[in-house]
Amino acid sequence: MEALVASAVGVMTAAGIFLILRRRTFPVILGLSLLTYAVNVFLFATGRLALDAPAVLNKYKDVPYTDPLPQALVLTAIVISFGMTAVIVMIALSAYLSAKDDHIDMRGQNNTDAPGEDA
Amino acid sequence: MNHWIVAPIVLPAILAPFIIMVLRYHLDLQRIFSVAGVVGLLGIALTITAQAAGGDILVYELGNWPAPFGIVLVLDRLSAMMVLLTALLALPIVLYAIASGWDDRGKHFHALFHFQLMGVCGAFLTGDAFNLFVFFEVLLIASYGLMTHGGGATRLKAGVQYVAYNLLGSTLFLFALGTLYAVTGTLNMADMAVRVAELPAEDTALLRVGAVLLLLVFCIKAAVLPLHFWLPASYANAPLPVAALFAIMTKVGAYSILRMYTLGFGPEVEATQGLVGSWLQPAALVTLAIGTIGILGAQHIARMVAFCAIASMGTLLIAISLFTETATAAALYYIYHSTLATALLFLIADMVVERRGGSIAPTAPMPQGGLISSLFFVGAIALAGMPPLSGFIGKLLVLDAARDAPDANAIWAVVLIGSFVTIVGLARAGTLIFWKSHDIQHNPATDLEKEEEALANPAPEPHPGLAFTSVFAAVLGLVLLTLFAGPALKYASNTAEQLFTPENYIAAVLGENG
Repeated sequence: MEALVASAVGVMTAAGIFLILRRRTFPVILGLSLLTYAVNVFLFATGRLALDAPAVLNKYKDVPYTDPLPQALVLTAIVISFGMTAVIVMIALSAYLSAKDDHIDMRGQNNTDAPGEDA
Repeated sequence: MNHWIVAPIVLPAILAPFIIMVLRYHLDLQRIFSVAGVVGLLGIALTITAQAAGGDILVYELGNWPAPFGIVLVLDRLSAMMVLLTALLALPIVLYAIASGWDDRGKHFHALFHFQLMGVCGAFLTGDAFNLFVFFEVLLIASYGLMTHGGGATRLKAGVQYVAYNLLGSTLFLFALGTLYAVTGTLNMADMAVRVAELPAEDTALLRVGAVLLLLVFCIKAAVLPLHFWLPASYANAPLPVAALFAIMTKVGAYSILRMYTLGFGPEVEATQGLVGSWLQPAALVTLAIGTIGILGAQHIARMVAFCAIASMGTLLIAISLFTETATAAALYYIYHSTLATALLFLIADMVVERRGGSIAPTAPMPQGGLISSLFFVGAIALAGMPPLSGFIGKLLVLDAARDAPDANAIWAVVLIGSFVTIVGLARAGTLIFWKSHDIQHNPATDLEKEEEALANPAPEPHPGLAFTSVFAAVLGLVLLTLFAGPALKYASNTAEQLFTPENYIAAVLGENG
């Protein structure tokens, strides 16, 4: 199971990084979402992997349990990354609508009166 | 418990939704409440700074959960002075945004402004690593809104880059926190420091990975080379009063480096030995060099000021990476100076852009050119580190602290040559923008017309008086920082002393219940 989870995180991260390096905003946003999936799975694994174990301590007998804290962290991370993805989609959409193209770089708009793209 | 500690977070957290929900259609009331909120924040910041000045480390347990289990806010001298700096910076900026009408060019400026202040204050006060991440996200999501405030194709495109880069940074932050949690089993900074010190030397490989990832995240925030690429385009395309507020955001990165690496991953911890010294210091030197080259090469005044911000982060991180008490005191003094000076120059750049466009090339003279050029002169002197303003004292302190460092020659050379190039770059911009403009209009008839036109429309700002007042307030801040350099430096040295005895911090957080 460890190998499965580790390779899932690895493959998703690799795919995410590949997509982030694309030139248009749509694949970049997809790549960012893939990276957040990868990090969510990774956070789950930081509490060690345990099968069929509840996320609470048992008061009466000594049974295995899984660490509940990473699950709380994952919940926070999911909410935040969901919100952030929504924000970047909105900003990218309005950039696309006002600039008429969805290139991630700012080429061709580097006139002297606008601060322009990164050198 | 002392409830003042949570006040800098609660006040903007209540005010911002109130502005959105109740005052949505009343710009005047929004402005009144927003300014009142910033003044209130300043009052709170002064109170907590006075409380922390005695050297006590005050802990606020949220929900009354004891330290390693619940989230704590910790108020020590460093947190208090950073919150105070945030409030001091916010006041002239909010006044300028009102005076220049920037807050009227889009919706929800004031609400986002206060959410941003909440995130910044929270990041300075929290004693929990995951909570630090959450406050980073709060300040970032507010900054996305502020950065694209007013709209426009170029600004939105720059906004997409900015958001994408920071989302990547957040992902990296989560990877770092996950790794550190997997090794230490805690997210409380003080508890983590204890566990890191107890870790056997052969188990530290993962810890080292986590510490490097964390440093990388903070370096993205602090715009250290080679992770600075987001800064020039986004700051230069943001509304410039917002860029002035963003001057504090890079300092959040610097603060986090200082906090985490004095507390848990200091040079005396074997696992992370040499991390800051051998990696951060060269990066900081190159950051300073690239920043000054950018100042020299910029074609637009806003980009030039953005590179000034990068250069000043370089100087600041050189001081931080020396990792001695004197150097940290110098860095703390320089944080105050560079934040105020960068914000001042952004505000002046906004005045220039509004009147004549931002290109660093001669155009026709602008209204109130004399006053603005004098202000630019003052700001340039401060930022380049020339006497008599606080930049000179700050750089002197940094150089003095670096005297005994192993790389003293490199540091002195880069800082001094960098200052010189900064002076040349700022002088070039000032000459082209303010002086050469007078050669353009020779025809007296058009001159007269222009003057009449200028008299008819004295300034693009709706309230030029208030705009200049707020800029002068920032200048006053720099002058006071120069005049009271002695007391300020004494406070900074006390802060550095407190930072370099992390046992007290750990005892304060864990002690009562540990």
